[in-house]
Amino acid sequence: MIRPRRGQLPRVALLAFLALALVAAACSSGSTTAESVILVSAAASLTNAFAEIETAFEVANPGVDVVLNLGGSSVLREQILEGAPADVFASADVTNMNLVVSGGVADSPQVFATNQLQIAVPLGNPGDVTGIADLADEQLLVGLCASGVPCGDLAGEALKRAGVAAAVDTHEPNVKALLTKVESGDLDAGVVYVTDVAGSEAVTGIDIPASANVTAGYPIAATTGGDNPDGAAAFVAFVLSADGQAILARHGFGTP
Amino acid sequence: MNSGLDAHLVAGRENGFTVDVRLEVAPGHTAALLGPNGAGKSTVVSVLAGLMPLDAGQISLDGRALDDPARSLFVPPEERGIGVVFQDYVLFPHLTVSENVAFGLRSRKVPRHEAADRAAQWLERLGLAGMGDRKPRDLSGGQAQRVALARALIAEPLLLLLDEPLAALDATTRVELRRTLDDHLEHFAGPRLLITHDPTEAFLLADQVHVMEDGAVTQVGTADDIRLRPRTPYIADLAGSNLVEGTASNGIVATTTHDLHVGDTHIAGTVLATIHPRAISIHRHQPEGSPRNTWETAVIRIEHYGDRVRLQTGDPLALTAEITPNAVEALALVEGASVWVSIKATEIGVEAD
Amino acid sequence: MTDRAAEVRRKASRPPALVMVLALAGLAVFVVPLLGLLARTPWQDLPQLLTEDVVADALRLSLIASLGATAISTVIGVPLALVLARVDFPGRPIVRGLVLLPLVIPPVVGGAALLFALGRRGVIGAPLYEATGLVLPFSTWGVIIATTFVAMPFLVITVEGALRNLDPRFEGAAASLGAGRWTVLRRVTLPMIAPSLAAGLLLTWARALGEFGATITFAGNLQGRTQTLPLAVFVALESDRDTAVALSLIMVAISLTVLVVLRERWWRSG
Repeated sequence: MIRPRRGQLPRVALLAFLALALVAAACSSGSTTAESVILVSAAASLTNAFAEIETAFEVANPGVDVVLNLGGSSVLREQILEGAPADVFASADVTNMNLVVSGGVADSPQVFATNQLQIAVPLGNPGDVTGIADLADEQLLVGLCASGVPCGDLAGEALKRAGVAAAVDTHEPNVKALLTKVESGDLDAGVVYVTDVAGSEAVTGIDIPASANVTAGYPIAATTGGDNPDGAAAFVAFVLSADGQAILARHGFGTP
Repeated sequence: MNSGLDAHLVAGRENGFTVDVRLEVAPGHTAALLGPNGAGKSTVVSVLAGLMPLDAGQISLDGRALDDPARSLFVPPEERGIGVVFQDYVLFPHLTVSENVAFGLRSRKVPRHEAADRAAQWLERLGLAGMGDRKPRDLSGGQAQRVALARALIAEPLLLLLDEPLAALDATTRVELRRTLDDHLEHFAGPRLLITHDPTEAFLLADQVHVMEDGAVTQVGTADDIRLRPRTPYIADLAGSNLVEGTASNGIVATTTHDLHVGDTHIAGTVLATIHPRAISIHRHQPEGSPRNTWETAVIRIEHYGDRVRLQTGDPLALTAEITPNAVEALALVEGASVWVSIKATEIGVEAD
Repeated sequence: MTDRAAEVRRKASRPPALVMVLALAGLAVFVVPLLGLLARTPWQDLPQLLTEDVVADALRLSLIASLGATAISTVIGVPLALVLARVDFPGRPIVRGLVLLPLVIPPVVGGAALLFALGRRGVIGAPLYEATGLVLPFSTWGVIIATTFVAMPFLVITVEGALRNLDPRFEGAAASLGAGRWTVLRRVTLPMIAPSLAAGLLLTWARALGEFGATITFAGNLQGRTQTLPLAVFVALESDRDTAVALSLIMVAISLTVLVVLRERWWRSG
């Protein structure tokens, strides 16, 4: 056994204490009574709507803490498949949800909202964008979501339907990142969701004609491996309820 | 106009003390700045070389001002023409010996071939032929110091400044190199300034010795001046050792006037005998017993330094002896008194000259 | 030396057992993820994957960005290190802190800051755009800028450290021999810090190669223009796992090769 010399004892004790403290901190973050926390992994485009839903749900269910994990649906899908803790998954497209379901981590998804695409331009429309055809202009800085991210796949689909070969300058990893760059004026245009434009005060929306536009169905499901299945079920129910649906509608989402 | 070095150095040191020293060295002459560590010698090197500015005073070399704070004049080191030989050689470790020596020439845009040739000549002159391709780390102390000397001399400086050139060497190498140095100093036309803490070095290599203590010069003079008439206890101490030249053979060192019995029976040839003042016993009458070196002489001078007394003795071998005031009283010594000197053979240090 | 003497010597210089065990754990931190990557590799599809456009584009951009960032870091970083080490100016500690900042702040924050400064509406970017129409974000130059921002501190700090440790007497000796300031720099100072400079270059290049956050935030992500290997891996993870693995393997292979080969040759003093 290694026996520390006398002078080293305080130092060794301090190190041991720090190590224990770290371990305790790490454990404790997961040990608050499971029934009071609901982990919700939701697509980035749901940021504003779900923030309001979170507040409403917590008010209606005191003592419950909803924790939102927002990101690109494909990233969230990977996280959940690899075993990241989540009680609920709300995806921006059916593809990612299906992957999670076929991975055995969720079941009985239900579509709770729909969304459509819109072109976001910074206030004042510095790039003079009038329609989807302008996205082919090399001079403009155009952004899309990366393929694999629902917003990106849908945008690709819409462009194909419109017969436009966009001169893309960047594929952002999620729609919020894309929106931020349009808001700041670093991009002239970005293809985002209608709800994103509605929720932002720094962008204007340019419509995509119905013939080209795509409708995304947002499915939600409780995961099978979560720590709080009851909480998950309650949350899903709330989202599907009249109250939840009203909040979604206020943010620009369509009905399922 | 080759008027040599004329400097009044006033500069502050890191620990707060100021150095205030006047130095004049004529071309063809060697001056030594002799002092203990902490006396301010390295400051002197720094300001002369231009690595540090003066606070006051001035430096002029061959009539050209190098540093004059009053006139806001400062010539940077690369334009001073002062060749420095540093204490730990400071050879460039990433260059070969030849490249080291040629450095000063190459810095003056001398073409590579010519510089290399001249470097080779100097290496040969210093007994280092064929070592041009070695790296400094492969050299012995003595070799490295010779390379440093060549490197400084090849640039034909106006002043040669040697900073403790022999300090980092062992005793044997030191003696060897002292001879080499002596030779090359002789051949250097300009003024030379030797900075050292070793009195032997100063006395043997310099025409004039400036003793420096605590930032100021406490005595200037020839080696004899310093040795025989020290002005401060420090000088008395270090200069105190009597140095006598002679020829050794079979344990006897024959000087011009007297033969000394020494302990070393093997050494032969020209030697330097050193006798510490405290090793000399003074008696009123011829002493009995073992010391083999005894002779009668007269007290030329008595000087008191606090609790020490220095006696100057006369023919046949003038020596400085150190005794206590009590002894002076007990022996009733006065200048002119007749005394007997005795020195043990083993107390006489002998080294080859 | 006898075998026994060598054996005793070796045993005596070995660290205590506990240290060896912990060292093994330390080694595992590096080896295990690599093993995971190798286990996941689709070896049979690999040749075909490696020849895909997305791979070639990402590799080209990574090399351009990392080498470009290293070059720029050297050209302006070494002078900066010289000034920091040699010139005593007021506020020097603050400047040194600024230089270290990219090491401490999250790269994404760095990227955002670059956008605020050099984006089309940025403090410097706006007038630049007005005057020249030049847009730095979403361009390959944008990648180089973002990469330089995060990697240059490594070079500056390494070189500054080496300069401070350099015995000033060498430069003094050179000056006394008639060398002007440029000559001293060229023939004495820089050659004498060469090993540290090389180590700094290597660290800088390695950091540049791995840069992700600042790049994706400032330069965006577009295959062939701004999508370096790390960005390509990130995106591929969501759509095509096999390609992601192939790209990762390339990064690991390049990095390992360079680090092992060059470290042996150059990392003498460190």
